Amino acid sequence: MKFFQLFSRPQSAPAARERLQVLLAHERASAGDSDLVAKLRDEILRAISKHMQIDDDKVSVKMERGAKVSTLAVDIEIPFDAGKKAA
Amino acid sequence: MGKVVVVTSGKGGVGKTTSSAALGAALAQSGDKVVVVDFDVGLRNLDLVMGAERRVVYDLVNVIQGEAKLAQALIRDKRLETLYLLAASQTRDKDNLTPEGVEKVIAALKKTFDWVICDSPAGIERGATLAMRHADVAIVVTNPEVSSVRDSDRIIGLLDSKTLKAENGERMEKHLLLTRYDPARAERGDMLKVDDVLEILSIPLLGIIPESMDVLRASNVGSPVTLADGRSAPAVAYFNAARRLKGEDLPVTIPGEKRGFFGKIFGRKAA
Ligand SMILES: Nc1ncnc2c1ncn2[C@@H]1O[C@H](COP(=O)(O)OP(=O)(O)O)[C@@H](O)[C@H]1O
Ligand SMILES: [Mg+2]
Repeated sequence: MKFFQLFSRPQSAPAARERLQVLLAHERASAGDSDLVAKLRDEILRAISKHMQIDDDKVSVKMERGAKVSTLAVDIEIPFDAGKKAA
Repeated sequence: MGKVVVVTSGKGGVGKTTSSAALGAALAQSGDKVVVVDFDVGLRNLDLVMGAERRVVYDLVNVIQGEAKLAQALIRDKRLETLYLLAASQTRDKDNLTPEGVEKVIAALKKTFDWVICDSPAGIERGATLAMRHADVAIVVTNPEVSSVRDSDRIIGLLDSKTLKAENGERMEKHLLLTRYDPARAERGDMLKVDDVLEILSIPLLGIIPESMDVLRASNVGSPVTLADGRSAPAVAYFNAARRLKGEDLPVTIPGEKRGFFGKIFGRKAA
């Protein structure tokens, strides 16, 4: 490090490095997740349709990553007459 | 059988086309028979960078659609008789690139050329995945800058999952080409360090290309930089990268620094 750098702006490269390391650790861990979420959604839909009739687009599954835990949000819209229609 | 190399990055404007032309020319200058294929359908530029824009009659899409023979679409370089270009279509939709068509063209090129260099479009969609699909070797072009490194990481993930090699359970050979490296910004501490990028991406280093006016000058006159000015810093860096690609064990020097540097091979941690 040059002497005058002691008085100049702090270097920005170390911050870039740290931010990238944190971000990529998350992104790599969740790389396979889109597949997982699709699979979960499929199986949930199948489990429910055994008991009642629901539309394919009424089941939404979302995965959100936190620092320590991830949350899975499942949102299912069931129509009034769902049970009656079931065969 | 020739080697198929994909030059890829995820992010645009990092130097894929510049590097495809320069590495292709450098390999051809060493006597190998090389074809550089532009996969950027709709935004072709390789023809311009190689100075062949007025000689494109047929392109990759014409060949795939059966409107021209492969031999008719190959453009031989005016300066180097072992260097050829297969241009992308400027007007056709990229949906005209079919997986079967690309497979046939690549298979035919591999038979006659030592190197088939595929210049990938930016992004992670169809064009980019088709460009990498048949690769034996991948060159990941990265700038020492956060968004470029992140996109490269994503591309490395695709190389390890969406290519034929990956699907067959083989290991894809990947190399990092660090481009647009600015020694002044590195000295100020405002650019990611070479070691940092290598540690984060965990693939071996093929070379470091300095940010240079010589690259712009070369593209202005339509010549790969290794042909335009073979003694310029970026040309020397590309020549050395080409030698490493051919298997030579050559230390990498960081532009602006005297010390030599051996490309470290880090084990990439499985996600
Ligand atoms: N080492 C370099 N020094 C200076 N300019 C460069 C360098 N490498 C690439 N460029 C310039 O950056 C721009 C984008 O390069 P290009 O090769 O077209 O990128 P990509 O194909 O990845 O989109 C071009 O204007 C090119 O001349
Ligand atoms: Mg390009």
